[in-house]
Amino acid sequence: MKNKIIYLAILAAGFAACEPEFENEVTDGSYSAGDANFTTYVAVGNSLTAGYMDGTVSRVGQSYSYPSILAKQFALVGGGAFTQPSYEEDVNNLGGIMGLPGFNTRLVIDASAGGPEPIAGASTITLTPQAKAYNNMGVPGAKSYHLLAPGYGNVAGVALGQANPYFVRHATSPTATVLGDAMSLNPTFFTNWIGSNDVLLYAIAGGTGVDQDGNINPATYAQNDITDPNVFASAYNTIVTTLTSGGAKGVVATIPNVTSIPYFTTVPYNPLTTAALGGEAVVTQLNTELYGPMKQVLTLFGQGGRLNLLSATEPNPVIIVDETLPNLSVQLTGAFTAGGYPADQAAFMGALYGQARQATANDLILLPASSLLGKNAPGVPAPFNVYGVTYPLQDGSVLIPTEISAINTATTRFNVTIRQVAASKGVPVADMNAILNQLVDGLRVEDGQIYTANYFSTASLSTVLFSLDGVHPNARGYALIANEILKVINTTYNAKLPMVSPAYYPGATVLPTN
Amino acid sequence: MMALVAGSAYAGGYRVSLQGQKQLAMGHTGVGVVQSAEVLFFNPAGAAFLKDRFNFSVGGNALFAKTKFQNETYNWKSSTDNFGTPFELYASYKATDWLTVGLAVYSPYGSTVEWDKDWQGSHLVNDIKLEAIYIQPTVSIKVSDQFSIGGGPIFVTGSVNFNRNLTRSLTNEQGNRSDVTIDAKGVTAWGYDVGFMFNPAETVRLGVNYRSEITMEARNGDATFNDLPAFAQGTYQNTQFNADLPLPAELTAGLSVEITDKWLVAFDYNMAFWHVYDALTISFANGTPTSVNPRNYKDAGTYRFGTQFKPNDKFAFRAGWYFDESPVQDGYFAPETPRNDSMGFTGGLTYQLNPKLGIDFSFLYLHFDETKNSYNYYNEDGNLVTFGGTYKNVVFSPGVGLTYSF
Repeated sequence: MKNKIIYLAILAAGFAACEPEFENEVTDGSYSAGDANFTTYVAVGNSLTAGYMDGTVSRVGQSYSYPSILAKQFALVGGGAFTQPSYEEDVNNLGGIMGLPGFNTRLVIDASAGGPEPIAGASTITLTPQAKAYNNMGVPGAKSYHLLAPGYGNVAGVALGQANPYFVRHATSPTATVLGDAMSLNPTFFTNWIGSNDVLLYAIAGGTGVDQDGNINPATYAQNDITDPNVFASAYNTIVTTLTSGGAKGVVATIPNVTSIPYFTTVPYNPLTTAALGGEAVVTQLNTELYGPMKQVLTLFGQGGRLNLLSATEPNPVIIVDETLPNLSVQLTGAFTAGGYPADQAAFMGALYGQARQATANDLILLPASSLLGKNAPGVPAPFNVYGVTYPLQDGSVLIPTEISAINTATTRFNVTIRQVAASKGVPVADMNAILNQLVDGLRVEDGQIYTANYFSTASLSTVLFSLDGVHPNARGYALIANEILKVINTTYNAKLPMVSPAYYPGATVLPTN
Repeated sequence: MMALVAGSAYAGGYRVSLQGQKQLAMGHTGVGVVQSAEVLFFNPAGAAFLKDRFNFSVGGNALFAKTKFQNETYNWKSSTDNFGTPFELYASYKATDWLTVGLAVYSPYGSTVEWDKDWQGSHLVNDIKLEAIYIQPTVSIKVSDQFSIGGGPIFVTGSVNFNRNLTRSLTNEQGNRSDVTIDAKGVTAWGYDVGFMFNPAETVRLGVNYRSEITMEARNGDATFNDLPAFAQGTYQNTQFNADLPLPAELTAGLSVEITDKWLVAFDYNMAFWHVYDALTISFANGTPTSVNPRNYKDAGTYRFGTQFKPNDKFAFRAGWYFDESPVQDGYFAPETPRNDSMGFTGGLTYQLNPKLGIDFSFLYLHFDETKNSYNYYNEDGNLVTFGGTYKNVVFSPGVGLTYSF
């Protein structure tokens, strides 16, 4: 009997120790690098590569850069350490750059105010040189030719607009180039997503820059200009040739079209409902006192199509300045004067509306305009000071068809170049332009979630991919981008790397008050 | 007492088939078996045929239930390792030749599943603990030597504690995932159990037993939200919740045959009417949106075979096998009850210390094939998203009991 009990106890212990085991247990060995070698992975690019989001690079934001996400997957199959420029000094995760105008802290949603605004607090990020080449060589603001420009990291050039404060922080010397620093790490694998700023900065600035098509001297370009396609091609070719010169494999990415970026697509051209305008009485008053007389005058000069009377039932377009229109300031001033307006007021109205028209579906109203519309323009006398209603949105708030056309032409040319150069070097292309275009209609991922290219809303807390600046992805969006690059790597290099699920990455920071 | 009952869902949703050491050893058959007070659970009608005037059985199990999860696409791994001690207590008294009364206390439903905190499926469940104790007074009436009926009301007392993360990504300002715990204690409900037994020959018994559905109506339980970001604290405030959790009806039919005076074989077929569990719906007292979690269980059957060999008055040896169909349908495989079809292998023995007192040993090993499945009904921002991977379960449970009769 005793023996039996002991036997049973042993049997029990044996079963109790029994662990569930899979036929094919997932281990690091389940994955492989295929034909790629991830020992030293270097990412070159711009803000998209740096992990820029919510209008800045912050300590936490940077940890969600797509190269950082990729490197974690690479680590399973022999990927080495992956370093990024140090943001240790950003102790409160505010982003921004101390003392530099325009380099604000990261955007957050202030639930009490309703909209995005820079998080309260002063940036603690300095331009202290780290003089170190990092695996992540994404430099926010960089254009294609900037990666090859000596002095782009020279602090002396920042005030002159010739250097980039982000590169100043880590350039190995004042004369170092971004690409040179990247190559100093002897990459075995690279990603290169450069080129967006060669056209996007023009678009973000509302087309106030110059399309430099035909000007092959980039030293003469301003920040918000469109790069000449030959300049772009030459720079891009040099970059990819250099990156592959040591035998490294990699992935390059196309640049997105403006129509897939919420910065350009969130504000409708016709947001002015009767309610938004202040009620039917206001609509009637605007029509009798301003829109009606103006339409009459414009019609006289054959430009009656520039605007229509405001509708009390349909949402109305905002008025904008279209610098391509014939300037009718003089004619308008004359007509208003004849109509009994005091001379100075007539002159003011003539100047204000000389190139004004209502927006159409072919215009893109930029995201920052959403915080202007309906508000009063500073220093402008009432009633001509209501943005979009009586005060036209200015050039920098709107992309008009000629500007959009220039942007699309450049984007298409640059992407053709990217594909051609990549093909000539045998480098696969992650078609971010195509992927972002899919997001416009909704991109269904493996788990069934459908992601869109929409701007933040409270209904999409768990699914929004773009950060609050409307241009850059948030952490979740960068995960989606990393995933698309992983797919390209797996397909092209016969690798087997695990995917990442965007769903588990955070979205916007929402604060009750700021 | 609750702490004793922590069972673990294995096989058949959150049903735990560990209601008697002797019968468990025989594949948990028993609707047509008369040999101890355990029959009060399996078929109260059978108590009428117990030989002794007093019959007591008490026992408990050490239940080890382990589940591993992996998903190769995303390199996800997690596991849950749970321990429970379901118990049972049965007593019958033959008041007259035709009337036997009894009391049964047992815990047929329960579940403890505790995943790694904040694991990839944490938006569905971090941990759940579900307990239900059945207290069932019975009467058994011997209509004739061939036929008896029996039954009684069932009083259930139970509790549930469930925690999950609110979404797949929401955190507070410190980066801790936001989660919700719902907790209800002292939930009570009533049901009933009826059965009959028919002995067409001296060596053959047929039995049918029906245990009614019992709905545990948790009312005004506590819903507690943790680690919310400040902006969400207006949306999610600690409140009370209501939820109904069905403990489904179960119909069992079976028979036993004494092939020789030493050798008994038994067969049971259970049908558990799990279709009542169509969704776990949690409604909150304040404005917090109602949480609807589709389950869509299907009725599930179990085939049980058992045998007993009594070489002498001192020993009885038992063995059994069963096939337990999971009520969980493809696409509804939620990690709170991550169970697929299983095969149970059972064995055990009784040693009679004296003619009145016996000590029972049993063991159960449940074999699960690994299963690749998913839960496809988690609603995120208006879209249904899936969570799945490969699951592998191992369940093992040794048990011990005492039988006293005179």
